[in-house]
Amino acid sequence: MSVDQQVDSDHQLARLLQIGVVLEEVVEARAYRHYQSLAEEDRDLEADVEALLEDAAEESARHREQLEELVDALDADSIPFEDVETLVEARYGRTKPEDFDGVLYDQLCNEETAYKFYDDLIDAIDASDAAFTLDRDRVLSVLTAIRDDEAEGVEEVTRIMEARE
Amino acid sequence: MNTANQYLKAIYLVQRMDDGPAATGRVADSLDVSPASANEMIGKLEERGLAEHEKYKGVTLTDDGIARAESALQTYCIIERFLANVLGVEEFRDEAKELEPVIDETVAERLDTIIDREDQCPDCFDAEADACCYLAGTCEEASD
Repeated sequence: MSVDQQVDSDHQLARLLQIGVVLEEVVEARAYRHYQSLAEEDRDLEADVEALLEDAAEESARHREQLEELVDALDADSIPFEDVETLVEARYGRTKPEDFDGVLYDQLCNEETAYKFYDDLIDAIDASDAAFTLDRDRVLSVLTAIRDDEAEGVEEVTRIMEARE
Repeated sequence: MNTANQYLKAIYLVQRMDDGPAATGRVADSLDVSPASANEMIGKLEERGLAEHEKYKGVTLTDDGIARAESALQTYCIIERFLANVLGVEEFRDEAKELEPVIDETVAERLDTIIDREDQCPDCFDAEADACCYLAGTCEEASD
């Protein structure tokens, strides 16, 4: 068992990026489902929440594509992403509507979790001197930009939550 | 998962397998670190009230240590299950070990939302098989 928090190989990096793709998929599905679950009349009242969820779903889709590009460039074993998509969809197809506070809190957890994931991953890549097939600076620059998006997301949800208090 | 949590998990599993205090050498072996490193970390865990070390006997987790170890084991189970059931990774044990230090508990909780895990997790973890007994197919043996 390794007790080092670092990424040592192409394979490990690819796997972590794939986990990032699935995380984004989960986040995207949750945000989309929450958005769908809001009643028409509530949407009119809560335009900022609606915009937040819409943006979050779009942002996750964008992040997912960026991560997939990195994974493809690493020439790693492919994983059945169609199955993952179906699985995630099946889970969240059953999600029941929640109130706004629940939706916002869940979105906050989404953004914070994603931030933590990318932050740990960046640290782990920094801690390693392994040579990857992909240019390290390119990987770090993509991951840093995504992490910064997540940090902004946390701030945005917090701002809306505070405004509602 | 941080290093302290990995040690807590290792001590917890050795204690469970040996049904008593965990010998430092056994903990070091299971983590593939030197006994000196294990000793050092066990000392830190002791200072933090997570473990008690008795000379010539070994280390025993405190209630706080057990709670943290169970949480760490649960995170590990989630990673294994996620790799095996969602990503279809055959070598899920080896990969889970590699990924464990980099995957935080909160991240594992999100991954957990798309896997089917038993309510009794992490009690169903089979230390000998290094996997949940449902994943390793050893549940009957584990309950004997």
